[in-house]
Amino acid sequence: MNGVHDMGGMHGMGPIQYEKNEPVFHARWEARTFALNLAMAAWSKWNIDAGRHQIELIPAAEYLRMSYYQKWFARLVALIAKTGMATGEELDSGKAAPGSARATPALTAETVPKMLANSAVASRNIPALPRFQVGERVRARNIHPTGHTRLPRYARGKLGTIDRHHGAFVFPDTNAHFLGEKPQHLYSVRFAARELWGEQASPRDAVYIDMWDDYLDAA
Amino acid sequence: MSTTRRGFLAAAGAAGHEAAGATGRGHGHDHDHDHDHQEVPSDLTLRVKALESLLVEKGLVDRAALDALVDTYEHKVGPRNGARVVARAWVDAAYKKRLLDDATSAIAEFGFSGRQGEHMLALENTPKVHNLVVCTLCSCYPWPVLGLPPVWYKSAPYRSRAVIDPRGVLREFGLQLPEDVEVRVWDSTAELRYLVLPERPAGSENLNEDQLAALVTRDAMVGVAKVTLPQAGERA
Repeated sequence: MNGVHDMGGMHGMGPIQYEKNEPVFHARWEARTFALNLAMAAWSKWNIDAGRHQIELIPAAEYLRMSYYQKWFARLVALIAKTGMATGEELDSGKAAPGSARATPALTAETVPKMLANSAVASRNIPALPRFQVGERVRARNIHPTGHTRLPRYARGKLGTIDRHHGAFVFPDTNAHFLGEKPQHLYSVRFAARELWGEQASPRDAVYIDMWDDYLDAA
Repeated sequence: MSTTRRGFLAAAGAAGHEAAGATGRGHGHDHDHDHDHQEVPSDLTLRVKALESLLVEKGLVDRAALDALVDTYEHKVGPRNGARVVARAWVDAAYKKRLLDDATSAIAEFGFSGRQGEHMLALENTPKVHNLVVCTLCSCYPWPVLGLPPVWYKSAPYRSRAVIDPRGVLREFGLQLPEDVEVRVWDSTAELRYLVLPERPAGSENLNEDQLAALVTRDAMVGVAKVTLPQAGERA
């Protein structure tokens, strides 16, 4: 979707605000929100792409106003409601429905290290051969899907060169919507800075973007 | 569609205002800084507590697991991991080759692997090439070697500008690169995660691996800084 999250190349976002000796979390609610997201993801009711897309669905004005972990909190509540892991009434009241079944947590303190070590690998073995070879010229498709995509707007329609082949990976555009993994070949594509940004850019510089077969045409 | 359960949030929020008696900005830290935070309602603490209580009551989460997750990223995983990888690559040419050929395996030699580091790529800085890592679409970052990302990395100013004006961004970080250096920006759009291998600083020839690791900063491994020797009197 052409959302405000797709911000590569935008102006007007202000200076970078650097904090010296920044703590990992700025408040306990941030730490708990982070941990709740991981612990609930361990139920595998959604995947990483669906989780990213849920944040993209936050209305643009709110997205820009909210802090990072506020977005994680909103995303988590939305996913819990969407997947029925808690009912609307439970989320409204903060109390479990009387007589509702009690689950056994998917993640325990003992299984945390294993979960973090063995988390979802996104590469897949597929019979299809890669459509492109290293060094080949390609053009990023000028497409505007209304759902989740990892093809940034600033690269659409632009000419690049296959720099590296990563193997086949889960395709976020379908996986985010529970429409299957549709694994396909993934490449690092080199775009000259001037191809993306015109004459204002340095003639030497480049941007490398990871792109799946479905994002590319031969050029 | 609504992205939040507004009833729950409103209810928990109202309780928060009563309990805290405040409507100000949540600012739960007391360090020196000069930046503005985005607006954070003061009742978030209560809203998160309410959600945690509900999920614990339903048996969906285990409080001890939450504690273990927080402890992992506050105390066990962070940029000191990446610094050890970089220092090893500086002193051991065979390791450096393994790192550049297959970063995931080379990094796993230290036991650093797993979530948000499943597919690693190391990017070597040289006198002629400078690499810079960003995630314009969200906040992708190599957790096993760098820990969780700092706020600036996942905020709009860096995400928007790193790709269109990397040299301007680097100047804001105090790094002025000569025109003849090629800047390569890596936008983390897939599950590949990037670790910049900075240049070993001149004058560090007599330092051992541990001393070198102590010089390597998070910022240098994202590519917004170089590794430098401490100035005389700066630190012991």
